[in-house]
Amino acid sequence: MRNLLTGLSAIALVSTLGSAASAQEGKVLSLYNWGNYTSPELLAKFEAETGIKVTVTEYDSNDTALAKARAGGTGFDMVVPSANFMQIWIEEGLLLESRPDQMENFKNMDARWIDVSWDQGRHYSVPWQWGTIGPVVATEFYKGDINTHAIWLDPPEELEGKINVPPEKNDVMYAAIRYMGGEWCTGDKEFLKGVRDKLLDAKQHWLSMDYGIERMDSRDTLAQFYYNGAAFRAREVNPDIRYGYPKEGYSMFMDSVAILADAPHPENAKLFVNFIMAPENAALISNFATYSNGILGSEAFMRPDLKDAPELNTPAELVEFGGWQDVCPTEVDELYTSIWTDLMQ
Amino acid sequence: MADAAEVARRYQAAAARRRWILKAPALLTILLASFGPLAVMLVYSVMEKGNYGGVAFGQFSLDGWTAVFFKYDPFDETTSLVVANLTVFLRSIKLALVTTIAALLVGFPTAYFIATRPAESRSQWLLLITIPFWTNLLVRTFAIMGLLSNQGLVNNALIWSGVIDKPLQMLFTDGAVLAGLVYVYLPLMVLPVYASLERMDFRLVEAGYDLYATRWKVLRHIVIPSCKPGLIAGSILVFIPAIGAYVTPRILGGGKNMMMGNLIELQFGQGRNWPLGAALSITLLAIVTVALVVYIRNTAGKGGAHGH
Repeated sequence: MRNLLTGLSAIALVSTLGSAASAQEGKVLSLYNWGNYTSPELLAKFEAETGIKVTVTEYDSNDTALAKARAGGTGFDMVVPSANFMQIWIEEGLLLESRPDQMENFKNMDARWIDVSWDQGRHYSVPWQWGTIGPVVATEFYKGDINTHAIWLDPPEELEGKINVPPEKNDVMYAAIRYMGGEWCTGDKEFLKGVRDKLLDAKQHWLSMDYGIERMDSRDTLAQFYYNGAAFRAREVNPDIRYGYPKEGYSMFMDSVAILADAPHPENAKLFVNFIMAPENAALISNFATYSNGILGSEAFMRPDLKDAPELNTPAELVEFGGWQDVCPTEVDELYTSIWTDLMQ
Repeated sequence: MADAAEVARRYQAAAARRRWILKAPALLTILLASFGPLAVMLVYSVMEKGNYGGVAFGQFSLDGWTAVFFKYDPFDETTSLVVANLTVFLRSIKLALVTTIAALLVGFPTAYFIATRPAESRSQWLLLITIPFWTNLLVRTFAIMGLLSNQGLVNNALIWSGVIDKPLQMLFTDGAVLAGLVYVYLPLMVLPVYASLERMDFRLVEAGYDLYATRWKVLRHIVIPSCKPGLIAGSILVFIPAIGAYVTPRILGGGKNMMMGNLIELQFGQGRNWPLGAALSITLLAIVTVALVVYIRNTAGKGGAHGH
């Protein structure tokens, strides 16, 4: 019995300590971000300047992050949703309207990223990184045109069984629809059936459907449909790697930092949001994860090889083929989900 | 004044009460930890699915269960038996069975070897078996990835020795998943088999040889029957986690050929169909239960005569 009492009082003590700490917000902050996306140098600098220690928890897909946040009680302060999910986060009331547009460093924001469709005027979020999604190819093995989705949707013989495609519904669906000559958010069932058949047929020639570019380093894959920043990192290992901008249409993405509505440390989080809008800090984000950020003047602090990398600088003649994944109507999204689950199984 | 019977009755009632109070923590734990999650899954499986995952509470629907067996095709507007789920079920069962058999083939000789060492060195051998458990499953799985990749140790060794001249694609195949599953679950086979072999009376083996039994006969009629409980326990311990494996097929299979664990995850993730995910989980549980009952009936019934 005495042991039980000791145990109970210990629990009581621990919980009192816990609530005392949260009452004064403490010098801590919790960031829920994509895997391999957060610069440790950035966090160290933030801690040196403010004394606030940031812990990072990682996720691998928008759906995972959304499901966790909707369940509530995560203890996370900040999250980094993609543009095509931001609207859901806002509508579901998961985000705090922290008004980054009224923060001191907002003056550094590139004007092209202010009035974006997913967060008009930037009342909730600021850009973390943005990029494009296209074919990444080892040109030692493939000599053809790289500016086409045919590399992974109608793979040439030399790439068969050596292709990886990420298990990311919207990215894959967007590319396949554009490749087949359709427009994003089309609900034309006859057309979508063709898209489904194309994807199911192409899948036979893929090796895997997974995240990560590292398998290109070991030549387990010779081509991937993947993200431009990762393509840059792959080229650092194997110099023959090239990244393409398909003429059929490719999608752009942007992940933006927002503060959660139930954040335990909202004031610390606001400091962080303002912090990353300073050019020298935004550059740290890019230097680590090798994608572009949305802050003017950050180029001056970026690694020179990254700043001028072809993966991060779309050739002028191919810019027009880039597009955004707007949120499609529910009934259209259900058709896409149906194709997607068929493909994944 | 209470008579003797009354005192005895009160005493018994108090004893019964005390028994219940003492039992309560265990019962509560079992109820909460075992039936609680199951009840949640059951409730989720009969709800309407939510817009972006989750369920719409209070809206009863059997769509989740229907989708386990039938698939509505929005393009043909037809409903048909769902082949995809079945393929995944069968693949999982097949892989789990092969894993169990492979673990048995490797695990039994290993356990026999340890059981026949001098008593003082056995614990060292057992320690070697349990050491991998100290490392996280994820880390061990990634280590296998390093072995099997195109420029991994196995391919490099094969190329160096001239067996092949181009790397074999081993990673992201069913073979890689199988190798990973066997490696990860092997200790679960070795330990129970060893436990029953250790208790075996090896004088019986000597007696068998004295009576001119061949090695094979000794193995079949003496060794295997006496360690049968261990073999059964080991097979169950390997089969159950193998059929629901998630991490190993995800990492070594490359996400292209799903097992049931991955199919369930898909429904809770990008499939945004939690009721179907919950229904699939319960289906998996049912498959495991049926497999277990059949297995134990078939093996324990015959092995009973040799029991201790």
